[in-house]
Amino acid sequence: MDTEIIIESLPRLLDGALITMEITAISVVLGFILAIPLSVLRVSKNPFIRWPVYAFNFYFRGTPLLVQIFLIYYGSGQFQEFLSDWGLWRFFREAWFCAILSLTLNTAAYSCEIFRGGIEGVSFGEVEAARACGMSGSLLYRRIILPAALRIAWPAYTNEVVFLLQSSSLVSVITLMDITGVARVIAARSFAFYELFITAAIIYLVLVYGVLFVFKRVENKILCHLNPGAASS
Amino acid sequence: MFDLQGYGHLLLDGAKLTLAVGVGAMVIAILIGLGASLCKLSGIAVLTGAAGVYTTVIRGIPELVLILLVYYGAPTLIQDVLKLMGMEVYVAVNPFIAGTLTIGFIYGAFATEVFRGAFLSVPKGQIEAARAYGMGGVLTFRRVILPQMWRFAIPGLGNVWMVLIKATALISVIQLPELMRNADIAARSTRKPFTCYFVASLIYLSITVLSLGFQQWAEKRAARGVRRA
Repeated sequence: MDTEIIIESLPRLLDGALITMEITAISVVLGFILAIPLSVLRVSKNPFIRWPVYAFNFYFRGTPLLVQIFLIYYGSGQFQEFLSDWGLWRFFREAWFCAILSLTLNTAAYSCEIFRGGIEGVSFGEVEAARACGMSGSLLYRRIILPAALRIAWPAYTNEVVFLLQSSSLVSVITLMDITGVARVIAARSFAFYELFITAAIIYLVLVYGVLFVFKRVENKILCHLNPGAASS
Repeated sequence: MFDLQGYGHLLLDGAKLTLAVGVGAMVIAILIGLGASLCKLSGIAVLTGAAGVYTTVIRGIPELVLILLVYYGAPTLIQDVLKLMGMEVYVAVNPFIAGTLTIGFIYGAFATEVFRGAFLSVPKGQIEAARAYGMGGVLTFRRVILPQMWRFAIPGLGNVWMVLIKATALISVIQLPELMRNADIAARSTRKPFTCYFVASLIYLSITVLSLGFQQWAEKRAARGVRRA
């Protein structure tokens, strides 16, 4: 075991951890912003509104993330002329942009289904009471349904965020220098394969359980009314 | 509809290998899951602890890192250990075996949680009744718990399979010519990356659709002895 190379490459691995966190955080936020309206459309009674969202979710949940990343990063090259005409090519030739776009669309699809489950889980009595108070449409969603749905969906959404953090390791395949990318480059040069990949794995473990800890704290806060024994600290 | 310039068969060959890796890994995951869930429920501190560490650690590390660790890291680790013992050997891992074992090992952790829940879902009365007939621990497990547990495990195992088959795409990184790797080859040769990856994604999608159908059939079959109101 070559501990020297681990200590030597630790600063670069931590730089990689920053990239991992940055990519994950941006995708989670954008995915969330996309998923909320999509999940409202997903439960629409109108099939022409419901079905396109369902198809989007089905495609992005039914195919590997790696294929989605390659489709956007390499696949966009097939439409280079068209994208150049629209001034979009300078985005699509950036690996960073393609990574964020594919991770965002992917997590939006998974989150949308999670939030749909939350919306469907809101008890009818609450909706009925809100209607009796004269709320309807966007006010009903904003004040009653979405907050309640988010509470129901929170534990499942926590898992999705953790999965996305781990999936972000795939961006190393399209040349980005996240934790995995840094570990691969240094390992290929120094042949210290297991030292670097084990160190990378430990950094991921710390990040994953850090995220779980934070999300658990939020959960205790937003679900404290269901669990009066464990008062929020 | 899609002009693959004669590379279609390459994608189909890749799909066959993807399914082979997927099924192999699923079998390994089920065996590990059964073993580890029994450890978790055994009440023996060492076994519960070991299974707990396994599921906690594996579920916190990205699949890609574990695949790279097994494929590149394991041979050098073995070489280094043997070198300490004074042996010079060259170890190389076959990508099919490395990929299947790693994916199986990762999803074994997810299957463990599924089986643990399923074992706990078998009604206590069933176990008491088996004991009352004089069946011992092993016999009760084999005749009463194991057959009934599947009904509770199938939905969870179905989910594990869906995630697992998509995770096999990562093995393309270690050059195994499965669907994703072959799509990559076709994309480079035809200079039509979008077409090739899109067709590959549709093949993955059809595997998902067929799996969903199979899962529904299996759930129905496993629940055929249940009375419905």
